[in-house]
Amino acid sequence: MSNPVTLDTAPSRQEVSEVLPPKQSRVWRKLRKNPAALLGGGIVAFFCIVAILAPVLPIPGPAATDFGAVRKAPSAVHWFGTDELGRDMLSRMIWGAQASLMAGVVSVTIALVIGVPLGVAAGYARGWTDAAISRVTEALLAAPFLILAIAMAAFLGPSLTNAMIAIGISAVPIFIRLARAQTMQVLTEDYVEGATAIGLTHRDIIARYILPNIVPPLLVQATLTIATAIIAEASLSFLGLGQQPPAPSWGSMLNTAKQFLEQAPWLALYPGIAIFLVVLGFNLLGDGLRDALDPRDN
Amino acid sequence: MLRFIGHRLLIAIPTILLISVFVFLLQKLLPGDPVLALAGEDRNPEMLEFLRAKYHLNDPIYVQYFNWVWNALQGDLGISLRTNQNVTTLIAQKLPVTIQLALMALFFAVVIGIPAGILSAYTKGTWIDWVANVVALSGLSIPNFWLGIMMILLVSVNLGWLPASGYQPFSDDPLRSIQTMLMPAFVLGTGLAATLMRHTRSAMLGVLQSDYVRTARAKGLGERAVVVKHALRNALVPVVTVVTLLFGELLAGAVLTEQIFTIPGFGKLVVDAVFNRDYAVVQGIVLCTAIAFILMNILSDALYRVLNPKMIES
Amino acid sequence: MKKPAVLTLSAMLMLTAAPLFAADLKIGLAEDPDILDPDQSRTFVGRIVYASLCDKLVDITPDLEIIPMLATEWSWSDDNLTLTMKLRDDVTFQDGTKFDAEAVAYNINRSQTLEESRRKSEVASITGTNVVDPTTIEITVAQPDATLIAQLADRAGMMVSPTAAEAAGADFGNAPVCAGPYSFTERVQQDRIVLTKFADYYDADKYSFDTVTFLPIVDTTVRLANLRAGDVDMIERLAATDVASVKADDGLTMEQATSLGYQGLTVNVGNGDKSQNPFGQDKLVRQALSLSIDREAINQVVFEGAFAAGNQPWPPTSPWYNQDIPIPARDVEAAKAKLAEAGVENPTVEIQVSTDPVNQQVTQVIQAMASEAGITVNVVAKEFATQLSQQTAGDYEISQIGWSGRVDPDGNIHQFVTTDGGLNDAKYSNPEVDRLLNEARATNDTAARKALYDQATAILDDELPLIYVYHQNWIWAMDKGVTGFTAYPDGMIRLAGVSKAE
Repeated sequence: MSNPVTLDTAPSRQEVSEVLPPKQSRVWRKLRKNPAALLGGGIVAFFCIVAILAPVLPIPGPAATDFGAVRKAPSAVHWFGTDELGRDMLSRMIWGAQASLMAGVVSVTIALVIGVPLGVAAGYARGWTDAAISRVTEALLAAPFLILAIAMAAFLGPSLTNAMIAIGISAVPIFIRLARAQTMQVLTEDYVEGATAIGLTHRDIIARYILPNIVPPLLVQATLTIATAIIAEASLSFLGLGQQPPAPSWGSMLNTAKQFLEQAPWLALYPGIAIFLVVLGFNLLGDGLRDALDPRDN
Repeated sequence: MLRFIGHRLLIAIPTILLISVFVFLLQKLLPGDPVLALAGEDRNPEMLEFLRAKYHLNDPIYVQYFNWVWNALQGDLGISLRTNQNVTTLIAQKLPVTIQLALMALFFAVVIGIPAGILSAYTKGTWIDWVANVVALSGLSIPNFWLGIMMILLVSVNLGWLPASGYQPFSDDPLRSIQTMLMPAFVLGTGLAATLMRHTRSAMLGVLQSDYVRTARAKGLGERAVVVKHALRNALVPVVTVVTLLFGELLAGAVLTEQIFTIPGFGKLVVDAVFNRDYAVVQGIVLCTAIAFILMNILSDALYRVLNPKMIES
Repeated sequence: MKKPAVLTLSAMLMLTAAPLFAADLKIGLAEDPDILDPDQSRTFVGRIVYASLCDKLVDITPDLEIIPMLATEWSWSDDNLTLTMKLRDDVTFQDGTKFDAEAVAYNINRSQTLEESRRKSEVASITGTNVVDPTTIEITVAQPDATLIAQLADRAGMMVSPTAAEAAGADFGNAPVCAGPYSFTERVQQDRIVLTKFADYYDADKYSFDTVTFLPIVDTTVRLANLRAGDVDMIERLAATDVASVKADDGLTMEQATSLGYQGLTVNVGNGDKSQNPFGQDKLVRQALSLSIDREAINQVVFEGAFAAGNQPWPPTSPWYNQDIPIPARDVEAAKAKLAEAGVENPTVEIQVSTDPVNQQVTQVIQAMASEAGITVNVVAKEFATQLSQQTAGDYEISQIGWSGRVDPDGNIHQFVTTDGGLNDAKYSNPEVDRLLNEARATNDTAARKALYDQATAILDDELPLIYVYHQNWIWAMDKGVTGFTAYPDGMIRLAGVSKAE
């Protein structure tokens, strides 16, 4: 975001007449005034820190079993209780945070890396390239997301990495579509037409005008898609296609926990709440970002 | 209008063909031999070979594909390898279930999402807006399968209010049918309500800031009249199109929700079919839902054109 | 169960929840059955439906004695090559076709020759049938076959209506017609299978329900929730970990029986390149793995002690159990000594397991136990369909898998460890074991068979191509009002004498 001028894609009439503050600080100020976004950011930051600190926190290993203490309720020794093999739930929750966040971030990165270039190419080149990419995108969008992910995860074999790949690929069409639409929008702007007129190369135009301009909406979408991806990972794990034992992830913990809802409800409660919170965090943050970046909204 | 729809239908054809190719290729890539799964305990090589021949699994893949397309065009989607039932019959059995679930889920989504969106837009920036937002996004953030299990435990087992799972055809016993679907529809609806709420809110905001609402206010109309008569009517236009889109998505089946509540719809059928390598079923269902999805998309765009805000402005 | 505060609303909602049929029994199944044709069917759960739909030539008692069903008596000729069966003469199929010796001959022929038949190997020994008179049939075999009667107590012995089978061919399963107490009414895949009482059944008085509805409810928790909520009357395969809470529930009762099958580890000892590892090549390493496992602890940790530890193809309660080889106690030192003797330090092995959480728990416990003996186990989860095909193809080192079990001991062992056995995915081959098991097949003398099996299990316990770990219990839970149910070790639900109080 080096060029504050080009970031203002569609300034509303009122704004033009005023002295424009630098865009970033305006976004930041709007974000700061939005308690929901702050709450979301706080939740996300908290889980990220916990996940990063997992290896150094003074907790037992997530796979350390104790067959003498199976499914023990929360206590002073085990704050979150123990699971079906006597493993410390707190430790598994913390390590599980790593798996869930990784699943969200990595799969969205995959989707971005594949989707954005294709979308920009389609929007920029138009013609046959656009038609071909658009048809494929539509076809992928019409195939149900989770079923696509399930089939792909089954094809690649059950593991966290493969689940992330499957979710990432399933999310590609969203980003193609968004990048394409944004690119087309930017191309209609006067300054781009001017740039073409003064003989800038395609590469220059894409690098200097298009990419910086499509970042904000992509950022919003990425944040929201991370939320979806975390749920998708949990769903795949719930079906046995995600993180594999003995490594923990919230979804696979829920998969096991559903057998023990009566005997050990905490096994289902903690991962369920954690997924809920972290997804809510990303949704609130993404939502707040959207409002803050929305130029129509003052 | 007709030209618009005709054009959209025309470009939907290559899309549908592409989907059928995807699905066909993807399942051929799946590890695990359907015939082996099918032969069960009697795995003698002759039996396996017979089954491969019977289901034409030895043919080159493009031959299999063209045969399938040829038959599909004549309304024959093949038979389920697992149960020997006709896929077309299966789809006919599941379609009413899926439609009923989708409609009931939409009902919840609309009842929760639209009022919340209006309220939130009208109280924009206040704590009510904030709370409405967080509540709506909470619905979107709870994993469906988790909410489903928790609701079964609470509502069915502890309180005994509703059947835990299962399905009663609407034609057999409408009331019981609705009862069995209340929970799954609610679980699905809470997720969709957030989407609907967001769209309603932003549409309302747009309308509330528009000139004619200002005019209406200036004319001294009461707040209620302004909101209901002018703002809402116009704001509902994009909302209606979103609802149509959501319906299309719901037809694809609520995979996990159907699994948890044992609702025999598309979602449950297709997931089990993937796990059982029941190829004909996977192909048939995905094709069917993709077509439904595309049709709903076209309908949604068409509705948007018909209901163009300017036409109701008066 | 209900609280007064919610009474009005709940009463409103419950009002229409009253059962449509006073005498309908709803049974929650753990899976959706496959094709409903006894000759084509291949799932355990399908057999539960057949127990009410299709009568067999003979049946079993809970103690595995063979007793009359459609055949009233039977005897082998002196050379053990001809089986003569006397048949009931008061039986009609559900479509009105008369059941007689011709029908039996037709059924055996169908099991052998229908191209889609999965019963071929079970009736492979039969060389011909001879209809002596309408109630007498002779079945001839090429060589003595001790397993045949037990096969006729299962799907191979289920009689389908020749009229209906002839008309429907391979599509018979879409509308099966048999000679059981309930006839097929309707099936919606993954939703329900409805059977209706067959009025002309020869023993109709013993069956008190007008309809029986089977509802596949895969999730164990949800299945139990349905029972608790009164939406089904009984469920099969209650989770072992739910036993305590069902016992504590005044409204429910429970029955159980140790299954005929086993659960354990199949080691790839000769199935392709993947067998080229210490576990596949050296029995000492396999013995070390087996010694590192505390079978009773697995039963306690994963199943709360509700199942049975095991070390043979049949459970310790079976008359075929080899008493000379008791379940080995866990001995980590001995395991380490075996590894040292084999010259293998800290071996690593991959165990593949299905994505089912219970199986994964078992494997994880084994993983933890083996690590204490210096064995590193990598758990690799596979979808069941993938696991099955990789296992057959030899693309595995150790596979955690089980067998639902058969009435005759032969069904639990022969095809798994004989050189040409159809399910011998370990590709274990030992001429002595082949000889013993083939001989055991061919003698009708129970004591002689037992001796042969004892010799075979002794060899297998030493060489360990399969490491048996535990035996499941079939556990049924039902509403208190459901009475007269008897638990059978084959896991079936027989409805004779079962009734429900309103």
